[in-house]
Amino acid sequence: MPAPDDFRAQLETLRPYLLRYANLQLRDSAAAEDCVQEALLAALAGQAGFAGRSNLRTWLTGILKHKIVDAIRRQAREPVLQEPGEGLEGSEGLFDGRGHWAERPADWGDPDGALEQAQFFRALELCLARLSARTAQAFMMREHLGLDTSEICKELEITPTHCWVLLYRARMVLRECLQQTWFEKQ
Amino acid sequence: MMLSCKETTRLASQGLDRELAFGERVALRLHLAICIGCRRAGRQMRFLRKAVRELAEVDVRTNA
Repeated sequence: MPAPDDFRAQLETLRPYLLRYANLQLRDSAAAEDCVQEALLAALAGQAGFAGRSNLRTWLTGILKHKIVDAIRRQAREPVLQEPGEGLEGSEGLFDGRGHWAERPADWGDPDGALEQAQFFRALELCLARLSARTAQAFMMREHLGLDTSEICKELEITPTHCWVLLYRARMVLRECLQQTWFEKQ
Repeated sequence: MMLSCKETTRLASQGLDRELAFGERVALRLHLAICIGCRRAGRQMRFLRKAVRELAEVDVRTNA
């Protein structure tokens, strides 16, 4: 086991990564910093738990995830303001009255190449920012933190059906947004 | 009963979050077999999952 000071220094080098990770989920830099601070403290206290594991970042991210879920739980307890456009954004307008595509989705070819480009991820983040807070939260809990629907329902205090609606809405908005801001321009 | 594109994309999305029932899977496949728009939308939703999982890693990689 490294000396405590070495360990602390190693943890510090990961702080920017952890902050980015927490910000993606929480969209609140103060809350994100609190989570990271708590995670780093927990890691220092639990150094023994790391002994023998190969990847410090993975271990630390695991601790951070728990702190983020705690923060989301606290946020969910706060009264929710009715969000403008809730229920309107998303699939409306994409389909005609009979439920057929108003405009058929374009072919993205082999989109994996985009994952090699930092610019693509900027575009993705801008698209994520277009989602309403609640929709984004559910979507990021699912796809970024990798939680399952039942956990998301519990933390956000919503029904599974509501959860699936939010996830569907997020996917359709993001698909459309990336089409316009990225794939159409390639 | 044939699903509409709207219903199909909704079901395809749910398929990423829960186990679909047998009847749902059959209805989904029947529609996808004849609808290129919904096949593309389904692929794009799966691609989104992959992209978001890599989102936190980007800075690490590009700064390395």
